[in-house]
Amino acid sequence: MQQTKRTLRRALPMLLLLAGVLLLSACGEQPMVLDPKGPIASDQKDLILISSLLCAVILFPVLGLTAYIVWKYREREGSTAAYEPHFSHSTKLELIWWGIPILIIIILAAVTARYTYALEPTKPIESEKKAITIQATSLDWKWLFTYPEQGIATVNYLQIPEDVPVKFELTSDAPMNSFWIPQLGGQMYTMSGMGMTLFLQADHEGRYYGSGANFSGEYFGDMKFFVDVKPQSQFDAWVQEVKASPEKLTNDSYEKLAEKGTSPVVLYSSFPEGLFQRIVTKYAPGGHAHGQHNEPTPQSKTDPVQQPLPDAKEDHTQGGSTGTDHSGHTGH
Amino acid sequence: MLDKIQEFASEFFVTGDPLILGAQVSIAIAMVAIVFVLTYFRKWVWLWREWLTTVDHKRIGIMYIICSILMLFRGGVDALLMRLQLAVPNAEFLHPEHYNQIFTTHGVIMILFMAMPLMFGLFNVIMPLQIGARDVAYPFLNALSFWLFFFGAMLFNVSFIIGGSPDAGWLAYPPLSGLEHSPGVGQNFYIWGIQISGIGSLATGINFIVTILKMRAPGMTLMKMPMFTWSVFSSCIIIIFAFPILTVTLALLFLDRFLGAHFFTLDGGGNPMMYINLIWMWGHPEVYIVILPAFGIFSEIVATFSKKTLFGYKSMVFAMLIISVLSFFTWVHHFFTMGSGADVNVFFAITTMAIAIPTGAKVFNWLFTMYRGRIKFTTPMLWTIAFIPCFVIGGMTGVLLSVAPADFQFHNSYFLIAHFHQVLIGGVAFGYFAGLYYWWPKMFGFKLNEHLGKWAFWLWNIGFYVCFMPQYFLGLDGMTRRVSTYDFDMGWGSLNMVSTVGGFLMGIGFIFQVWQIAYSIKHHEKDVTGDPWDGRTLEWSIPSPAPVYNFAVTPHVEHVDDWWETKQKRAAAGAAKEPRPVYEPIHMPKNSAIPFVKSALWFFVGFGFVWDWMWMAIPALIGVGICMLARSFTYDDDYYIQVDEIERTEAALRGVKA
Repeated sequence: MQQTKRTLRRALPMLLLLAGVLLLSACGEQPMVLDPKGPIASDQKDLILISSLLCAVILFPVLGLTAYIVWKYREREGSTAAYEPHFSHSTKLELIWWGIPILIIIILAAVTARYTYALEPTKPIESEKKAITIQATSLDWKWLFTYPEQGIATVNYLQIPEDVPVKFELTSDAPMNSFWIPQLGGQMYTMSGMGMTLFLQADHEGRYYGSGANFSGEYFGDMKFFVDVKPQSQFDAWVQEVKASPEKLTNDSYEKLAEKGTSPVVLYSSFPEGLFQRIVTKYAPGGHAHGQHNEPTPQSKTDPVQQPLPDAKEDHTQGGSTGTDHSGHTGH
Repeated sequence: MLDKIQEFASEFFVTGDPLILGAQVSIAIAMVAIVFVLTYFRKWVWLWREWLTTVDHKRIGIMYIICSILMLFRGGVDALLMRLQLAVPNAEFLHPEHYNQIFTTHGVIMILFMAMPLMFGLFNVIMPLQIGARDVAYPFLNALSFWLFFFGAMLFNVSFIIGGSPDAGWLAYPPLSGLEHSPGVGQNFYIWGIQISGIGSLATGINFIVTILKMRAPGMTLMKMPMFTWSVFSSCIIIIFAFPILTVTLALLFLDRFLGAHFFTLDGGGNPMMYINLIWMWGHPEVYIVILPAFGIFSEIVATFSKKTLFGYKSMVFAMLIISVLSFFTWVHHFFTMGSGADVNVFFAITTMAIAIPTGAKVFNWLFTMYRGRIKFTTPMLWTIAFIPCFVIGGMTGVLLSVAPADFQFHNSYFLIAHFHQVLIGGVAFGYFAGLYYWWPKMFGFKLNEHLGKWAFWLWNIGFYVCFMPQYFLGLDGMTRRVSTYDFDMGWGSLNMVSTVGGFLMGIGFIFQVWQIAYSIKHHEKDVTGDPWDGRTLEWSIPSPAPVYNFAVTPHVEHVDDWWETKQKRAAAGAAKEPRPVYEPIHMPKNSAIPFVKSALWFFVGFGFVWDWMWMAIPALIGVGICMLARSFTYDDDYYIQVDEIERTEAALRGVKA
């Protein structure tokens, strides 16, 4: 017993030391969220730092005070510290420790409100360049990305041009998931029957990690992808390359893709027109979702500033009202 | 015929996993062993008379506590299995499906079947003693609440070996938890297990509110109640408003699955987002239900072991009540990323932050209770002191999460996991452990070994930080919750390894606690004073363990910390002998078998619905009805303890003292 205790007592600091070393070695690189590569993620990082700072204003004094009080007033032989067993009320002190947190929370609330409106995900990013639209659909268990302007589609892979705002339209054809590229900005839920909007932008070339952040069943952990950010010219070249690839996404192959299972990266030279809108309005009875806040049409959920794409709009009315399959329309 | 039986058995029992097979075998062995021991020592009648049919709040409390420790073990094993799987990249220890089941059951068990019963156990054992009551307001209902909890928990737990565990996350969001995506019986077990025990929780909430309002000893005005009793009160207020939401939500989900209704389905006008709103309308208040009693426990302990009156009593009460109100206005912060728009997010961000204000004020009040006190580092006090920095850090990360636009980066990541484990372990678990150590002598009449307790304390504490601090970094580095594995090149390996080591340190801490309990039972050092900690409140004024009627003479209360004041007065008066108390017959409730039988029948109702076996569910439901009728016609449900018996009991209990 005594022996084991001694061993344990010796082992414990060693373990802690080991833990510390590992922790430090892992922190050598900046974690993704604190290493932003776009304006949204960058603002979010600032906000994280501001709010951390405000919290620290309270945190460190409290920790210090705790240590001081616990040490000073510990019971021991010949303690000279004051002992006042009935000291249990002080309006002045109470005012201080109700007041200071209130003040800090007011400041934090103001900062939060400002940032919440500024970073509202449906708000377009100010830029001289026109935003490109990418539609992201979470499936069981892969991501389908369709580029309506380019007419191409990808699975579990994204490429976007540098310095160009990207308007992500998000939905799901499976249980809810969440679309997250930490270095470009915060996540947004993808939900069946809903079309969500999330504006992101990448300022630097590179390869960034993205994932489905919300649990959606057995292999949801495999719903990760990389985003390659390239200069516009290289992006255009890549689009042409994909357009030349033999693989086409048809309605039939979409049905297959939507089945449960994981998928490698696939690049499609075309996809059925209005596929995304059909997925979003899939559950709306007759395509008329008005008066039901739960199943809005894509237009009602997307940002009013951003006009729906002409072809998308047309297709929505068709696909929504008849609910038929547009197997004839492929590509542009 | 044989084929059919085989087919049925393969669907009925979970098969094909060596881990589960091992569990099945060990459960079977354990059950045989229990039956053998009970039979061998002829304890069946004793078990039935003294425990299964009891309506004594102290015994019910002890049963709650035993169950919760068993559940802590199971939930803890789940946690360690997950940590093993995540310790290294690309691990293949657990299949994703199995991993999903484990994190689902870990969450449900730790919150609903570990934290809640441990809390109810402490409510039951201590709160009536603190207010000088003979029992709770509705002793029969109290027993019913316990057995509903017990059989609900059993129903949930059998899914592990029979039929398959739920695997849609601890809050079972549809459409994933709907019939289309979770066709198995796992989700049915989830619904019925929680539903049955949840009704028990609601009844307990009502019971304790009435107890506090109606059963206080004369002279104890609301503002003279001990702080733990206040915390029970505020927690129960939340229970009675929040638990009906849970009951309804799960009932709707059940209707979706069972009758093909469309409340939360995608088609037919259903709306899964409504479920998410409803479940968090219960789920967020739920965390305050479990944390407020911990605040109460800390308040008692910090005053006792600082030998000082609790600082800022009124502001503590106000803070708790305001938290119980505010807790209902924050639920949307669990899904800021659902796209409700900036207005909604700002509102819920600010309400969430606002909770930090009363909570922070409480921390300062605890600190200033210690200020100019005499702090004694007993095990309950150690947990209390460790709670403060842990909870303050956890609270601060909570404030960070409440900043809506930043939450878009924290949400669903390990940052969130680290945060809520920090407040739930550092707040709730530390608090209940502290309470358990503090009131253990009151429950059983002997103290737990302090030396082993300190080992457990340090292992838990160091283990906690080693386990969860790395997870904040993992979250910031993009690691999302609930993933069962990750690639080597993500660079998450080393931090995960550290975290796993921390998890196991806590596991060793738990082993020390079990050892501590076993050791203390064996070396039973009887506490003859009834007041081993030099306590301040009424529960310490009676012998330990308390006699069945608690107080031979109902106390008259004049002060906050009445027992402390009484002791001071007695010390000042010198050795003057107390006047001999005048006893009167005591009115007590009679034991009843109905709560046990009725709850067992509910188990079969649940089990029948889980498997869609109406031949089982319907007769069992009829049985439940018969139990209700039987109770309605029971008139002989009380008795009196006569004066001579009180005298004998008191002489035996206090005689040791003299």
